[in-house]
Amino acid sequence: MSIFLRTFISGLNLGSIYALIALGYSMVYGIAKMLNFAHGDIIMIGAYTGIVAVMNLHLPPVVALIVSVIVCAGLGMLIETLAYKPLRQAPSLSVLITAIGVSYFLQNLALLIFGSEQKAYPQMSGLGSFTILDVKVDGITVMTLAVTAVIMIGLTLFINGTRMGKAMRAVSEDRGAAELMGISVNKTILITFAIGSGLAAIASAFYGMTYVYIKPTTGSMPGIKAFTAAVFGGIGSLPGAMLGGILLGLIEQFAKAYISTQWSDAIVFAVLILVLIVRPTGLLGKKSTEKV
Amino acid sequence: MAKKLKTVHKDLLTLAILAALYAVLAVLLYSGAMSRQLMNMLIPVSMYVVMAVSLNLVVGLLGELSLGHAGFMSLGLFSGCLLSLFLNGQVPEIVRIPLSMLAGGLVAAIGGLIVGLPALRLRGDYLAIVTLACCEIIKSVITNLNFTGGALGLNTAPVYTNAKHLLPYAAVLVLITALVMMNLKRSKQGRAIMSIRDNRIAAESVGINVTYYKLAVFVLAAFFAGAAGALYGHCFANVKAVSFDYNVSIEILVIVVLGGMGSIGGSVVAAIVLRTLPEMLREFQNFRMLVYAIVLILVMLATNNPRLKQFFAGLHPGTLWKKWKAGRIKEKEAGSHE
Repeated sequence: MSIFLRTFISGLNLGSIYALIALGYSMVYGIAKMLNFAHGDIIMIGAYTGIVAVMNLHLPPVVALIVSVIVCAGLGMLIETLAYKPLRQAPSLSVLITAIGVSYFLQNLALLIFGSEQKAYPQMSGLGSFTILDVKVDGITVMTLAVTAVIMIGLTLFINGTRMGKAMRAVSEDRGAAELMGISVNKTILITFAIGSGLAAIASAFYGMTYVYIKPTTGSMPGIKAFTAAVFGGIGSLPGAMLGGILLGLIEQFAKAYISTQWSDAIVFAVLILVLIVRPTGLLGKKSTEKV
Repeated sequence: MAKKLKTVHKDLLTLAILAALYAVLAVLLYSGAMSRQLMNMLIPVSMYVVMAVSLNLVVGLLGELSLGHAGFMSLGLFSGCLLSLFLNGQVPEIVRIPLSMLAGGLVAAIGGLIVGLPALRLRGDYLAIVTLACCEIIKSVITNLNFTGGALGLNTAPVYTNAKHLLPYAAVLVLITALVMMNLKRSKQGRAIMSIRDNRIAAESVGINVTYYKLAVFVLAAFFAGAAGALYGHCFANVKAVSFDYNVSIEILVIVVLGGMGSIGGSVVAAIVLRTLPEMLREFQNFRMLVYAIVLILVMLATNNPRLKQFFAGLHPGTLWKKWKAGRIKEKEAGSHE
């Protein structure tokens, strides 16, 4: 029972990180209709920003997190303006290749600046821990879960309740019609990138505190897993990304604990394929009807 | 009719250029004039050409995004090399290597069939993630099996040979792949595949068996990738499944897109340029991948810029010729009016 509970909690922890990244993926996909392959590398940049802010600038952790969110949001907007905006009318494969180019660029930039050896992410001490049913729960895990829950609720309220959120839903529904109604599509997409990248920065802090070591290629695997999570839940759907992320984290941790550590990735991907065969647009994805 | 003949000529020209290229490379290689660096690159670059041309079949002709091509290469590499290791010393090299390529291709084709099955229900980005997932599953399975050498990698030292032994096989594989793709593109089957890409529902309504063609494309592309993988494995003394992750698939996809969708000659040129460029930029060390990334982004921005596109279209020899002719006719007309 205690193994089950421990796995469940660590699965929720990992799932929250995936969900935060997947939200960025899914929002950008839903609104800009593109796969932002560089999203994973934003996490890496966020983590390095956190390291520099705490180690070199001696900022307190919370301020460091805010700095990292601002840097990532700015970077996301910069990438969108320079690389993706000129390609708005281009075929989607060209945009995908550009995103891959941006991903290579960020990885190699980090390699040049920080070197290839891994760096330790500053750990937040003094959060303490507590025990339920013989299972020790770290303070950071509780914080991860709490912050993710708050962000999810906040984001849902933002999308459903504010003017900007309404604009986002409109652009995602029909870009041309939204533009005709006076919504600035470019501004909406820019803000989407800022929010997505900011969420990636928050995810990077939790990732750093859970897995400690950061190197220039750190972002790619969580990026791919989060992409998987977004597709799992139905890409473009925000509740889908949250559900997909958390389920993926749980499946991965349970596979590690009960089946095999080496096979966990294969199991995660196999579950994904099975789900997609049964539900081709993901768990909560919209069914699209084809018209002739 | 004239147009058909023209495309046949164009294809023959591409094939002739490829054959001539390999003839020159063979002369350089066997006379000993080739530098060591080029010799080491010869087989890997040739295999990337095969990978790119075969992926172009899926992405360019069928119009489906596949991020799992490296998985098929890996399947072919391990099955082909295992057979080659088993046959080593029992049959001469001239039988062993083609056999291992065939085996690699067949195993990869079975993989292609399995990956192609979900592809029948999914499309677009969902298919992309499924092919990527299959590639990662293949990677973990090979890494965790015992007879494939596990995480330490398969020791292929006994069958390892240099470019001098492998070049004929590589040249034949490249030419066969190009020939098959070219013929397919012009055949009834190829037109059926392209019609699925352009409008699936319309294709279905005129009686084209979408299921059959989609599966056939996946199987054929996987076969060539597997054969290429088997030969690729012979240029290393140790092969690890982890080196064939989705990043390799993405690299091949980049080659296909830069070379031009559906263009075989384009894939060949892009594969050669993109694989040799990083080697040539070695002196820039850490900057070379950064430069590569910037070039990639700039090329995408430039090729999709309407103004630049118009400018380059104007530079095309055919267009220039037409312009010149039109100019002459105008001049003549002007002359006759006087």
